[in-house]
Amino acid sequence: MKSLTKVTIISNLEVAPGAYVLSFPRSFEFVPGQVIGIAMNPADKPRLYSIASGNKENVVRILYTVKPEGKLTPDLARLHAGDTIYVSEPFGGFICDEQKAVWVATGTGIAPFSSMFYSGLGKNKTLIQGNRFANGLYFRDDFEKEMGPRYVPSCTREQVAGVYHGRVLKYLSEKKDLDLSVKYYLCGSAEMVVDVRDLLIERGMPFENVVAEIFF
Amino acid sequence: MEEKREALFGKTLNQLETVVKELELPRFTAAQIADWLYKKDVTAIEEMTNLSKAAREKLTSRFEVGLSDPVKVQTSVDGTKKYLYRARNGKFIETAYMPERNRHTLCVSSQVGCKMGCLFCFTAKQGFQGNLSAGEILNQIRSLPERHQLTNIVYMGMGEPFDNMEGVMQSLEILTSDYGFGMSPRRITVSTIGIIPAMKVFLEESTCHLAVSLHSPFEEERRRLMPIEHVYSLTEVLEAIRSFPLGKQRRISFEYIVFKDLNHSPRHVKELARILNGIRCRINLLRFHPVPGTPLQAPDDATLGEFKTALENKGIVTTIRKSRGQDIYAACGLLSTKEQQVI
Ligand SMILES: Cc1cc2nc3c(=O)[nH]c(=O)nc-3n(C[C@H](O)[C@H](O)[C@H](O)COP(=O)(O)OP(=O)(O)OC[C@H]3O[C@@H](n4cnc5c(N)ncnc54)[C@H](O)[C@@H]3O)c2cc1C
Ligand code: SF4
Repeated sequence: MKSLTKVTIISNLEVAPGAYVLSFPRSFEFVPGQVIGIAMNPADKPRLYSIASGNKENVVRILYTVKPEGKLTPDLARLHAGDTIYVSEPFGGFICDEQKAVWVATGTGIAPFSSMFYSGLGKNKTLIQGNRFANGLYFRDDFEKEMGPRYVPSCTREQVAGVYHGRVLKYLSEKKDLDLSVKYYLCGSAEMVVDVRDLLIERGMPFENVVAEIFF
Repeated sequence: MEEKREALFGKTLNQLETVVKELELPRFTAAQIADWLYKKDVTAIEEMTNLSKAAREKLTSRFEVGLSDPVKVQTSVDGTKKYLYRARNGKFIETAYMPERNRHTLCVSSQVGCKMGCLFCFTAKQGFQGNLSAGEILNQIRSLPERHQLTNIVYMGMGEPFDNMEGVMQSLEILTSDYGFGMSPRRITVSTIGIIPAMKVFLEESTCHLAVSLHSPFEEERRRLMPIEHVYSLTEVLEAIRSFPLGKQRRISFEYIVFKDLNHSPRHVKELARILNGIRCRINLLRFHPVPGTPLQAPDDATLGEFKTALENKGIVTTIRKSRGQDIYAACGLLSTKEQQVI
C-alpha cells in the first residue's frame, strides 16, 4: 500500500441509514474513478474507497456504508469534524474518457461515477443506478437535474414514483434497444458485475467494451 | 435444529491453548489435542483416549472435532477426482485430486464462490458466498480418501486465497508446523490474482511457493479479463515480488491461461520476456476450457506448443499444465454451481 498521510475530517454525514459521506481537504491530484486507502491508524491495514467527489473540488469525499462486523467502517462512522484519519495517495485504473458510454452502479458502487459526474464527464453518459431502497440512490437529485432522461434510478425493495422497480439486471434485460456500440462501465458487487457482464455479452457486446470494478 | 458445536479441527496450537485455558484444563492438553487432530485419524473427541474422561466431557460440551466427509465425487477417465464438500454454511465447495505417477496433487478451495469476477471463471458466476475457515480448508485434505498418498497441495480451487487471509494463513501454519501436519512448505503453492497487500504478508510470513495468475502482460487486456487489474496492476505486483528476497528454495510461478487468438502472439511473448526479466520464475501454460456463457475460446495443441517454444526461446522456463478431468465437471466452480442451484 502507498504511504499514508494524516488528514482532518471536515464532515462525516449520515446520508441514508448506515451510509455516510466523509470529506477532508484535497491535497492531491487524482483521476475520477481512482481509489484511496483509509485507516484509523498508520499501522492498520487500510481499506479501499473510491473517491466520490470531482477532481477540481477543494475537498475529497468518500461514500461508505457501515459493515456492522467490519474492522474499519463502524469506527469510521463514529468520527466527527476535526477528528483525523490516515489516507493513501490515489491510485487505480478504473477511469473513463469523454466518449459516450453507459455507467451501471449498485450500492456504494456509484462513488467512482459520481466522481466522474462531478468532474464533468457525465455529459454524454447514461447512468443506471440501483440499490435496495430509494434512499440509497445517493446523489440522485444532482444526477436527475443534470442528466434528465439519461439517468435511470432503480430499487428492488420498494416501489417509488419515478424509480424503476427491480434489479439493474432486470432493467437491462428488458431493454430491447441496448446500445452495443458504446462502452459499459460497471461498478458494485461481484454478483451485479458478473450478471450484467454476462447479459451484455449474451446480447452480442464484445467483452472488451465491458469495463468492471468490483468492491471486494 | 441442533446448534452446531464449534470445530476444534483447524485451530492452531495457540488457539487450542486458549481453549484449554478457558475450560480450566492443564496446558499440555492443547498439544495432546493437536496431536489427535493433525497426526492421528480421530473423528470424535471421545477417541482422544489420553485425555481424562472429565477433560473429554468438558471439551464435548462446547466443541466437536468438526470433520465432514465429501458428499459427492466424480472420477475422470484420467484418474482425476472432483470431490464436493459441504461448507459449514451449507453451501458446496470443490476439491480436485490429481494423481500422477509420483506426484499426487490436491487443489483446495479457500472461499465459497469468489468476489473477483474474472471473465473466464465459472466460480465467479456464483458471486461470493463466504470465506472458508482454516478447518474447512484443511478438512478438504484430512477427509480426502486418498489423503495418505498426497504429495502436493495447491490453493487454486474456488476463491481468491488472499481475500481470505485469516483462513488461509492459519491453514498454512497447521499444514507446515511440527504440531500440525508437518508438511514441507516446498510442497505447497498458493495462487493469487495479485492482491498486493495480502501477497506481501504471505511472502513475509510463509515460505510456501507463490503462483500469480498473469493471463496477459498488457494492462489493458488483463483488465478486461480480470477486474483486479484496475486496483492492483501487474506492474505493481511484479515490483512487489522483485523487491522481496526469495531465497533459493522458494518458487514463483505465473499461471497463464491461453485463450484462442487473444494472448499468445509474438507481441505477448516479447512483452512477457520484458516484464519478467530479472525474476527467477517459470510460466505454467494452461489451455482454456470454455465454460458456459464465456466469449472466450480454447486454443489448439499446436498453438499451445508454439507459444511454449517461443517463450523458451526467450529464456523463460515454461511448462504446459496437462488438462485434467475434462470428462467430468473439472473446470473449477462447475460442479458446485450445479449443486448450489439444487439446494
Ligand atoms: C476497489 C475498491 C473500492 C471500494 N470502494 C468502496 C466505496 O467507495 N465505498 C464503500 O463503502 N466500500 C468500498 N469498498 C469496500 C471497502 O474497501 C471495505 O471492504 C468495506 O468498507 C468494509 O470495510 P470494514 O473494515 O468495515 O469491514 P471488513 O473488516 O473488511 O469486513 C467486511 C465484511 O466482511 C465480513 N468479514 C470480515 N472478516 C471476515 C471473515 N474472516 N470471514 C467472513 N466474513 C468476514 C465482515 O463481517 C464485514 O461484513 C471498496 C473496495 C474495493 C476493493
Ligand atoms: S479465477 Fe480465481 S480469483 Fe478469479 S474469479 Fe475465479 S476463483 Fe476468483
